[in-house]
This record gives sequence, C-alpha cells and structure tokens, in this order.
Amino acid sequence: MIQIKNLCVNLGDFMLHDINLTVDEGEYFIILGPTGAGKTVLLESIAGLYPVKSGEIWLGGKEVTRLEPEKRGISIVYQDHALFPHLSVKDNTIFGLRLRKQTRQEMEAALDWVTQLLGISHLLDRKPDTLSGGERQKVALARALSIKPQLLLLDEPLSALDPEGREGVQQELRQLHNRLKVTTIHVTHDFEEAIALGNHIAVLGEGCIKQVGTPEHIFRQPNSEFVARFAMVRNIFAGEVVARDNGNTVFSTEGTELAVVTDLRGSLHASIRPEDILISPEPLHSSARNSFCGLITYVANKGSTLYLTVNLPPDFICLVTRRSFEEMGLTEGKKVYITFKASAVHVF
Amino acid sequence: MGKKWFTTNGMTLTFILLGLIIFLFIIVPLINTIVTSDPKILFDTLLAPEVRGAIWLSLYAALIATAVGFLLGVPLAYLLARVDFPGKTLIEGLIDVPIVVPHTAAGIALLFVFGRSFFAGKAFHSIGIDFIDSTAGIVIAMLFVSIPFLIDSAKEGFKKVDVRLEKVSRSLGASPWQSFFNISLPLAWRSIFAGSVMMWARGISEFGAVIILAYHPMIAPTLVLERFESYGLSYAQPVAVILIILCLFVFIALRTIAYRGEKT
Repeated sequence: MIQIKNLCVNLGDFMLHDINLTVDEGEYFIILGPTGAGKTVLLESIAGLYPVKSGEIWLGGKEVTRLEPEKRGISIVYQDHALFPHLSVKDNTIFGLRLRKQTRQEMEAALDWVTQLLGISHLLDRKPDTLSGGERQKVALARALSIKPQLLLLDEPLSALDPEGREGVQQELRQLHNRLKVTTIHVTHDFEEAIALGNHIAVLGEGCIKQVGTPEHIFRQPNSEFVARFAMVRNIFAGEVVARDNGNTVFSTEGTELAVVTDLRGSLHASIRPEDILISPEPLHSSARNSFCGLITYVANKGSTLYLTVNLPPDFICLVTRRSFEEMGLTEGKKVYITFKASAVHVF
Repeated sequence: MGKKWFTTNGMTLTFILLGLIIFLFIIVPLINTIVTSDPKILFDTLLAPEVRGAIWLSLYAALIATAVGFLLGVPLAYLLARVDFPGKTLIEGLIDVPIVVPHTAAGIALLFVFGRSFFAGKAFHSIGIDFIDSTAGIVIAMLFVSIPFLIDSAKEGFKKVDVRLEKVSRSLGASPWQSFFNISLPLAWRSIFAGSVMMWARGISEFGAVIILAYHPMIAPTLVLERFESYGLSYAQPVAVILIILCLFVFIALRTIAYRGEKT
C-alpha cells in the first residue's frame, strides 16, 4: 500500500535518514518514538507537507515523492486537531468534499455518513472553540475521513486528551479502524498505546528506524538498548479480560489469572510496573489480591537494584533493592512468591 | 474578562497622572480647534468647492494608494510571515524605512525616480501616467509613506495563522491558492483590514511627500497650509476642523469594525 524507501528528511538540527517502511493495505501501523524524534515531520513528509531531501514514497503502486499534497488523498489529523477556527463543524467536515467536483446530494450523503460514523451530527452548527477536546478530535477525524482517504495519518491523537478520555478514544479508534479498514499510520510516544492499537510497530529514534515488527516482537525481542528503553523494563501481557460469577474481574494470560480492576472486556493487554511487585520467600498475607508462586529464571544486576525474571508462566519482571535481594538470599532457580494489588495492573 | 483587579497605590496614581497629561496633550488641541470655530464660517467653508474638492481628493487618493498597497503588500506580507530566507531581516527593516525617513526627503527620493526625466517616470509617461502635479503623484507619495503599516499588520496577522491549518487544507485537496483564500486570508483578515485602515489614515494625513511631487491638485493638508500662509489662521482653521472631525469619525468607525469581537 505505502512504501517508503531510503527516505531522508532534513529537520534543521538533525536528519531523518534512511527511513524504510512498508505498510500494507488496511493495516494499523504505529510509529513509536520519543518526543522530538521527528515523528510529526515524518508524517508530514508522507503527506507531502514537508520537503523530502532524498528517497522515495510509493502510494498504491505509484511514486508520489514529489506529488503535491492535494493530489495524494492522504488525510492528516494533528495532535491539537487543527480545526479551522472560522468555520463551523459542518463547514470543517465538508471542507475537503467541497473541493471535489461533487453534486449536492453526494456531498450531503458523505456528510451524513461521516457525522453519524463519529456521532457528531448534533454538533454541526457549533464553532470549534465551543467544543470539548474529545469532540474536537471527532470533528478532526470526520474531516479527515470525509474524503475517503487512501491513507490516514494520526499525529499523537491521544496525547491531547485527559487519561479518562484517552481510553475511550483508543477504543473508538480501534472500532473505527475495524469498520473502515482504512490504512492508518499513527505516531505516538506511548508504548502501551502502540501495543494496544498497532498491527505493526516501527520504533523511531536518533533519526532512523530502530526496529520494525509486531507488538509482541518489539517488546519480547527489542534489538537495541534504545528500543529496550521503551519496551523492556515492563511487564506487558496479551490476554483476555473475563468477568467471574463472584463479581471479580480477571485477566487471563498463559494460564494465569490476574485480578484486575477495569470495565473493559475482551482481548486486551495488561501491564504491571516491576516496582509494584513485592517479592517474598513465603506467601504474603496482605490485602493485595494477586499472589503467585514462581521460579527466578534470571537476575539482571543494575547496581543498587536488580531486575528478577520470575516465571509462573508468564515471565514477570520484578524490581528489588540489592539489600532485600541479599537479605532474602535470592538466586536464580529459587522459588519465590510475587504479590501485587489488582489496582496495580493496567488493562488497555 | 481578563481584567485584573487594580489597587490604587502610589505608583498607579502616578501613572494615571502621567497618562492623563499625554492624553490631554493629544485631545485638547483637537477638541479646542473644533469648539472655538464659528459654525457659520465652518458651514460656508464646507460649501466651498475648493475645500470639498481637496478633502475628496485626500480621501480618494489615499484609498487608491491603499488598494494598490493591498494588492502588492498582502502577498509580500504572506511571504515574510511564512518563508525564511537569507536577508529577510534586512528586507523587513527596509520596508519600515518610509516611516522613519523625513517625508519631504521621501518626496525628493520619489521625484528622482518618478520625475519626467527619470526611468520610472519615463516608462509611466509612455503609457500616459505622469506623477508631477497629478493625482497619480499624490497616490505614489501616499503609497510610499503608508505601505509599511499595511505590510507589518498583515504580516503579523498571517504569522498568527497556524501553518498546520494550511497543511490540513492542502491534504484535504486544496491547491495553494485555495488554501490561501479559504484559510489564511480569512483568518488574517482582521489584521489586514486594521492595517489597511491605518494605511488609509496615514495616507490622508500625508503632506510632506505629497507637496514635493504635487502641490496641485491640492489635497486637504496642502489647502490648510496655503490658506494659513496666504490668509491667516482664521481661514485655515475651518478646513482643519473639517479634516479633524472627518478623520476622527472615519477612523473610530473603521477601528471599531476592525477590532469588533476581538478577544483581549
């Protein structure tokens, strides 16, 4: 669908160099990278909104490297939504449709379709400055989707939202993509967001692509210290959220059931920070609802702290101080108990 | 909204006093000129064809200057707001030079280019436009001294338009022209309009550069001077009064339109 070959972009202070990416038709592709890595510029280069120094961009079998942005059929949604402040929601939404030679009926139909899709039909007469963050986002998405783009570019779409709003919008993006199957490239600095949404992830840093792969691949086998910084020192599991008859909610992964606190259901991910896990040689009696027995399979020494890999399965990475480690006499191959609160598990 | 609560302390009172002095300095001569004038003479003056002709010419020539300035200045303002290039600061500085050059000197400079024996003058003469003692001369004198106001204001207006709005517009299928006319221009319109009003007002008030190029036909400020020198203060005052009142009303009205609904 879209192929980027040896792309180089000059950002003034530094360069994006030798960027190679392939995104398949209908895919939800994530570009993951820290702030200032040039993610937005990369999106703008793909859309033709930022000059490319060298390299090629192919879209649907056609080279578009030097094609004007208005002829590419690529929509972009910016982090702050970039709604046209002088136009109503309706005029924002049909901005792209108006520029196409369409009949009034075609335009009305497209407007109806996209406003219903995003649930913004009741906002049509409002001006952007009267909308909430979530509403603005929907309008920006509606405007982008109205022209039925070949490719949808999302620039940090969740980071302008508050944490509560973020989860909802993440679900909506997933559902929207499942319905429309529009090829999407989404850039973010949030690893969990990347895991939750992406079919494939490319990690961007220091001006180049560090690694490309499936979410599992990236967080199980980071190929460099840079990628590991994003991925490693965390426990992220793929699994299923199920409500039990006794009113508890559990996250089931590799035969282990974690007690969790969430309203979400279905195939999801869960993460636990290594420092939120307590390690003890004997079972702990505490209010924490998760307590499991496992074997220490690996000890990573970081000086005053150590990362232990405890296999239940799955593998949990746990942080202990050197002092506790020595006091408990922990070694590889030893049986230990790990304990953490249900509220320490983040489901996404 | 946004007004801060202000305590009356020594500093505030001092500032109010100082501010009052300069405000009175501006307003007293204007008001005084108006109130001390004889309504009968004022009315007679208003009916005099040469007075009405001069005022009309001032307004009309300044309006043409503004229209030309708009057509040529707004595109430049957009470029200066959007594009970085070497020597840009120099160009921006040069554009403001007409504000600081003494206007009689500006008139002399224009004469050397647009006079009949000089290159631009010759070129325009061949298509039937002469700048010496003509409305065209008045227009270019006004254009020269007042264009910086429009360019600067329009430039600031364009700078305030988020470039990503233009990018979104392009990605949705708009050509550069369509993006400019549908997004950039409407969003910068208030600044451009305010700049145009300033330019027009500055044009109307211009005197020094105009008389070098065109003493005749006579614009209103020239008429005030001529009446003052030939017949004395009592003859010049009514014309001055009419000019002041006219400018006051037009300027206040246009400013009100330009800043209507603007958030403070």
